[in-house]
Amino acid sequence: MSKSFFVDTTICTACRGCQVACKQWHDLPAEETKNRGTYENPADLSFITYKVVRMREQVIDGKLNWLFFPEQCRHCIEAPCLETAGDPGAIFRDDKTGAIIFTANTKRLNTAAIIEACPYNVPRKAADGTLAKCDMCLDRVENGLLPACVQTCPTGAMTFGDRDEILALAKKRLGEVKKKNPKAMLIDEDTVSVIYLVAYEPKLYCKNAMASNAVFDITRQMALKRMIRPLTNITSRLL
Amino acid sequence: MTNHWIDIKNSDCILIMGSNAAENHPISFKYVTEAQRNGAKVISVDPRFTRTSSKADIYVPMRSGTDIAFLGGMIKYILDNKLYNKEYVANYTNAPFIVGKEFKFSDGLFSGYEAKNRKYDKGTWTFDMDANGVPKLDRSLKDSRCVLNLLKQHYSRYNTKLVSKITGSPEAGLTEVYKTYAATGATGKAGTSMYAMGWTQHTVGVQNIRTMAIIQLLLGNMGVAGGGINALRGESNVQGSTDQCLLWHIWPGYLKTPRASNTSLAEYNKKWTPISKDPLSANWWQNYPKYSVSLLKSYFGENATKANDFGYDWMPKVDDGTDYSWLTLFDEMYKGNFKGFFAWGMNPACSGANSNKTRKAMENLEWMVNVNLFDNETGSFWKGPGKNPSTIKTEVFMLPACVSVEKEGSITNSGRWMQWRYMGPKPLGNSLSDGDIIMELGYKIKEVYKEGGAFPEPILNLKWDYMTDGLYDPHKVAKEINGYFQEDVTIKDKLYKKGTLVPSFAFLQADGSTSSANWLYCNSYTEKGNMSARRSKVDAANNIGLYPEFAWCWPVNRRIIYNRASVDLKGEPWDKKDWVIRFAGEAKDGKYVSSKWIGDVPDGGWYPLENPDGTKRTDSKHPFIMRKHGHAQIFGPGLADGPFPEHYEPLECPIEKNLMSKQRMSPVAPVYGTDADAHMTCDPRFPIVCTTYRVSEHWQSGLMTRPQPWLLELQPQVFVEMSEELAKLKGINNGERVDVSSARGALECTAIVTKRFKPFNIAGKTIHQVGVPWNFGWRWPESGTEESVNLLTPSTGDPNTRIPESKAFMVNVTKK
Repeated sequence: MSKSFFVDTTICTACRGCQVACKQWHDLPAEETKNRGTYENPADLSFITYKVVRMREQVIDGKLNWLFFPEQCRHCIEAPCLETAGDPGAIFRDDKTGAIIFTANTKRLNTAAIIEACPYNVPRKAADGTLAKCDMCLDRVENGLLPACVQTCPTGAMTFGDRDEILALAKKRLGEVKKKNPKAMLIDEDTVSVIYLVAYEPKLYCKNAMASNAVFDITRQMALKRMIRPLTNITSRLL
Repeated sequence: MTNHWIDIKNSDCILIMGSNAAENHPISFKYVTEAQRNGAKVISVDPRFTRTSSKADIYVPMRSGTDIAFLGGMIKYILDNKLYNKEYVANYTNAPFIVGKEFKFSDGLFSGYEAKNRKYDKGTWTFDMDANGVPKLDRSLKDSRCVLNLLKQHYSRYNTKLVSKITGSPEAGLTEVYKTYAATGATGKAGTSMYAMGWTQHTVGVQNIRTMAIIQLLLGNMGVAGGGINALRGESNVQGSTDQCLLWHIWPGYLKTPRASNTSLAEYNKKWTPISKDPLSANWWQNYPKYSVSLLKSYFGENATKANDFGYDWMPKVDDGTDYSWLTLFDEMYKGNFKGFFAWGMNPACSGANSNKTRKAMENLEWMVNVNLFDNETGSFWKGPGKNPSTIKTEVFMLPACVSVEKEGSITNSGRWMQWRYMGPKPLGNSLSDGDIIMELGYKIKEVYKEGGAFPEPILNLKWDYMTDGLYDPHKVAKEINGYFQEDVTIKDKLYKKGTLVPSFAFLQADGSTSSANWLYCNSYTEKGNMSARRSKVDAANNIGLYPEFAWCWPVNRRIIYNRASVDLKGEPWDKKDWVIRFAGEAKDGKYVSSKWIGDVPDGGWYPLENPDGTKRTDSKHPFIMRKHGHAQIFGPGLADGPFPEHYEPLECPIEKNLMSKQRMSPVAPVYGTDADAHMTCDPRFPIVCTTYRVSEHWQSGLMTRPQPWLLELQPQVFVEMSEELAKLKGINNGERVDVSSARGALECTAIVTKRFKPFNIAGKTIHQVGVPWNFGWRWPESGTEESVNLLTPSTGDPNTRIPESKAFMVNVTKK
């Protein structure tokens, strides 16, 4: 059974413990930042930042809201990055969990195409061309632990588990939240392993909360590319 | 906390005011969220829309420093609409007590005010007594001089319209909060309050909390699950350090520090031991001498004897009428009145109010010992901004302490849970635990005094035996705190051998036969073992999250204090579902014939006040056993600033006149007079209200978090948050550096222009407010540009506690 995350933004307090836990587990260095007139920092995902909690002030129906959205890779069920790469030695899916994993071999890919392929604009490039993003804490999960971000979440805004159970949980919780927020929805729940519940329109939370239409066109191109992909790449993961 | 963290989940309405729980106590939101998912309403009242407000059902803004006006309006609302729990109020609080005719309140002042000394003579704040010396009372609450009717009169002025003019909160918002919260007055409903420094750091800090306590008593919310007055402590062991007498005015277990006029142990005990003539009052503090003598026995061991008053004369006394609080100590240091200073686990150069004064005061020291994990703004004050090291003669010694995870011992959390912790990694380098540092220091001081010195007895007679194999032994200290039998003692036909641990404070004696370094902790480490090390996850019979065998809680493992107020006169819980305790004794012919309580440890195991047939029992006790008269105090005559909370403006405020009375600021709040103590009210140079707070990403003065790159990445710089309206007025762009200044100092900050601050309409005038976090200091980050907001805050504070007024003062903000 593949795994999924459920991120209930309605109970996220943006304490950003997840952001720090992610850096700590992956031993990623801190970025040098400045206060840019917002709490949100670093400004964006990067090769050394797999997770950024977006914090947006939005006036909805005349009432101020501060919307929080811990942004990360969605581990798509049909992952356009993986399809685009066509190189399992660089990008592969862990069959057991469904995690989409980037390796050091990503530097041999056409990284611009990979980044462009992502419907959520997640992968980021190092100076040497290597790509990085959330790895679902695969090493933890394989050893029976929760991903670091989920483990650290104080309110239970993030949960992780078998996909069918997570989907059921997400749908149940949506029902509860809808009573208070009729516009509440799950984002792309059928196509991703990281399922967000939002109380309002996704675009109010951050630019890439929901898959963009433009990217769907790209994925079609990728599907085409997959049909003509050279067979050699299939075994390259073993190298 | 009267309750504890997990218990928040049992609440029906959570008022988060004077705190920002989601940001500063993130784990608490686990329980807030659980309550909310079960249908509880969460209310956030804050000058600024915070991460807490973002999760609240109701958010209402309020100008800093006007909490009593806000909550006084709620008291009026509850009384006007008769939403209080009449049975609870009439039987468990002092609402029916008759106040003496001499007591008066007029235009902001209570009777007995002495303007010259800025002090009250409390002689008229008393109750009428009957011939037996028991307070007269009218349980029907009709007497015009009963506390409830005086309360009504006092708050009759706090109408929503006036409150709105003072607080700047919209009237509709006030009414919504009042209505929602007052609904918890219904039987079986519980409301809780989560507060922190937003209530305490004011010239009316204690009275802010008193106002809420009155609301909780009116609504019957004290003692019940999901209720209480819950102080969210800002550091994992602040509760523990207060319990063990971190502060100058108390000994461990909230015993009093003796005054110079308490010239003998007998006089000291007489002064501080209350006497009640009411047979129904447990008056628990009547046991005071047992606790004070046991404490002295713990300090001086065999050297404490009946003949020498158990060493009472060796204990330091404080002069009557003076105080030794933080503000006063630094005031004296500033005036050059002491030579040496231990800064132990503290960073006063950033954390104390009026940092310029504090830092200047340190220049007058001959020596300073800085005990900390890292060098900080305090240890390095002599090379800080604006200092010339060549002119500062203070010698600074740095003693590196190890961090909490590198040592074994206990911490006591906000919920009064004493929790044992084990050593993880060994202390790094030459760093030592606080215990090892203080033990060695004690030995050295003893050695020096052996050679002579003024008044050596206290030092030489001090028992100092907490080492095992040359190392500090936390178990020895924990056992000392619990206490030992000092000789063979027989209590209720049972022999307790000399040298064994005392089972609980009910066994402590005033004759020197027992020791206990803190009576409240007697029961924490017994012959059955270290209670705080327990880790059972089994809940109690009531299934409300007490987990009685997980760690240990003072007093006597009672998880919710005042819990005998959670039941009615017959011992039946008000809340049938989330009950705390329940009387389970047998009844015969309408009378209870055996006594048994189930659930939490009850506040005393006496019978309920009434039998099932409604007859009164004479062997019962009133539920508030720590109060002299057994009743919770709606009328509180013990405080420095009045028996009822009254709204006063902060020392620095934006309006000329207090709209509630002629008395602008607290008539008894301390005002310091050095040249560093400038303050300005309604001064056009400082027209903006400022408050201070923390961010989730840093801790305290930031000493442990600013050097941490991952946390600095999240919050790299000190900032000032302001409304879009104020930014426009001042021509300030979001993200640019600006200057914030007060009468005492200036600070460069990054501007965060936000919708989360809005200008207030105060009595028809637009008043702007800004806020700055206090987690920064020049020592780190390396740029040295991120300074402490305490450069701006004033040295004034609460007249009872002298906690500084860091939450409401006046500033200006200017473009660089």
